[in-house]
Amino acid sequence: MKIIKPFILGLSILLLLACSKEAQVPRTYGVYMLLDTSGTYTKELKQAQRVISFSLLKLNPGDSFAVARVDTGSFSEKDIIAKVTFEDRPSRMNQQKRMFLEKIDKFVKSVKGSAYTDITGGILQGIEFLNERAPGKKTILIFSDLKEELRKGYKRDIDFQLQGYRVIALNVTKLRSDNIDPKEYMDRLEQWRIRVESGGGEWKVINDLERLEALF
Amino acid sequence: MPLLDSLGLNPYVTGLIIAIVGIIVLYISRRPAHRAIISLSRVVHNAMRLSAQSVMSVESRLANRNREVLLAAGREAEERMIEREFERIDATVRRDLSEYPALHRQLNEKITLIEDDYQASIEVPPEPPGWLKAVEAVAKIPSKGDPMVGNILEDIHQSLVKANTNAIEVYRKASHKRHDRLKSMMPHWRNVLTVLTNVDKSVTSILSRSQTIDRHMGEYESMVKGTDKAVRTLSSSSLQHFFTSLAVMIIAVGIAMVNFQLIARPMSEMVGGTTSLLLGFQLNQIAAMVMILVEMTLGIFLMESLRITKLFPIVGALNDKLRIRIAWFLFIMLLSLATIEAGLGFTRELLMEADQATGALLRGEDAGSFAMESSISWITTGSQMALGFILPFVLMFVAIPFETFIQSLRTVLGIVGVGSLRAVAWFLRFIGTIFKFLGKSLLHVYDLIIFLPLFIEQKIKSASSDDKLSE
Repeated sequence: MKIIKPFILGLSILLLLACSKEAQVPRTYGVYMLLDTSGTYTKELKQAQRVISFSLLKLNPGDSFAVARVDTGSFSEKDIIAKVTFEDRPSRMNQQKRMFLEKIDKFVKSVKGSAYTDITGGILQGIEFLNERAPGKKTILIFSDLKEELRKGYKRDIDFQLQGYRVIALNVTKLRSDNIDPKEYMDRLEQWRIRVESGGGEWKVINDLERLEALF
Repeated sequence: MPLLDSLGLNPYVTGLIIAIVGIIVLYISRRPAHRAIISLSRVVHNAMRLSAQSVMSVESRLANRNREVLLAAGREAEERMIEREFERIDATVRRDLSEYPALHRQLNEKITLIEDDYQASIEVPPEPPGWLKAVEAVAKIPSKGDPMVGNILEDIHQSLVKANTNAIEVYRKASHKRHDRLKSMMPHWRNVLTVLTNVDKSVTSILSRSQTIDRHMGEYESMVKGTDKAVRTLSSSSLQHFFTSLAVMIIAVGIAMVNFQLIARPMSEMVGGTTSLLLGFQLNQIAAMVMILVEMTLGIFLMESLRITKLFPIVGALNDKLRIRIAWFLFIMLLSLATIEAGLGFTRELLMEADQATGALLRGEDAGSFAMESSISWITTGSQMALGFILPFVLMFVAIPFETFIQSLRTVLGIVGVGSLRAVAWFLRFIGTIFKFLGKSLLHVYDLIIFLPLFIEQKIKSASSDDKLSE
């Protein structure tokens, strides 16, 4: 009896700790990456491959990753080039990473530039994807010059719901007009920052692709 | 104070008035104040003394309890040692003295053989031929120059010489035979010598064991008497055992951590690895920990069933047949787990190679360098597999220091408890003594403050006593 009492007490404490709220929060990552395929930006897709490879290196079992293209109408599952949730088994995870990389490689080789750039639709699609997967940390990567050009009739004046999201703009290149008037570039970044932060998200810009450690 | 302030006096004058009033008040209340100070200091002093006494009585009870526990543990250990010594003597007696009848028969046979050989080797002088006296009588016949008689005697002489030569030859042959007999006795002597040496060894071994038993019995008797020497010896050896076993257990924890690192990742191939179940530990990590703990438990029970440790008396009390069966079962289980661990070690290497290959692909590195590394990977693979197989058996031996640790922990905790109680008692006595002398000091300080009225009082008293004397 002397041993049983402390044993039961210890077991109860362990069970309480196991059932605590902190233990229930998943520690997984969910990353949704948007690739701008409009106009001359398709030339930058080789850089995007570096970011994808880096992300694949850092992601672990249970993490979700999707790469989608930004074209005329990006609010569509069809625009998702590759998506994966890594399995628990390390060997299977390695296979998934290789297959993912192959799909991206195939896409980069065959991509054709789109006339319009629907970044808002892409972000909405990303939110939908990540909400479904419900990872612990949600990140949307936008590999684009952030110049949104919508086709006539497309409505994108929608407020984002980005609580718990990090939105990171990558490789935001300067357009010719930006060089003439840098304010345009700054205004463009500022507008996106306001849109993301007003939706409850965290905004970040990484132009130097040597600093990719900040992604995770 | 406001009253004095309202009078508009100099602060020094105010202070002086307050001091005078205070001294007068203190002088008037001197006796009750002294009594109060003395009683307060006595109360605190006595309370502390009583507390110290009660703490010391607890300490005494604890020390006695520790002494009893220590002596009981010592007695148990000595009993075990004596029991082992008797078991060894029993083994020696069974091994050597059980063969004594055969040995005795062997010795008898050898001695009979030696005796036969001895009897056969006794020298018997050759019998003189029967016709020798007749020849002697003929030889005494006077020849008187007769050549015939001379010839006969010559023939007789030659016959005698021939007979003598034959007799010598026969004697030589008989001597040779006897020497052969004596020669053949040598191996028997040697055999007898070897047998007797073995007997001597056995007897010496039993004698030395009996000396060890005598020594243990002496120690056991001193423990039964509960002598201080026995308690001191047991106490110091307990401390030594405690620290030694603690050091070995720390090493064992290190071994368990290495083992954990070896199997945690490949375990995710079996059970998965992302679900955080307990305190942030993932499923594969928990599975690896459970596996190591199971191995350690199996090891502890294996040691127990082999009667190397005595943590669970019920295991030791089982009948030998069942106990040996359990030991075999535990060993097979441990062997299976060790084999699984070796497999996990192999899987770990495979996973590492796959990770490296995928990493190289993702970083866009040349796969050739990786291929070169792979050519020597069999060394690391083999090492990991060997480690995975050996470590469970190494961890099995944790049972021995664990038992020693548990046994010595009781003594160490007792010693620490007694020491702590003594420290508390000393502190209480110290506080009590401080209050006692503080009371006395306060009386003197009190009198020092009111020294002036006391001085006047003394003068008045001495003057009045002088007047009385003069009257």
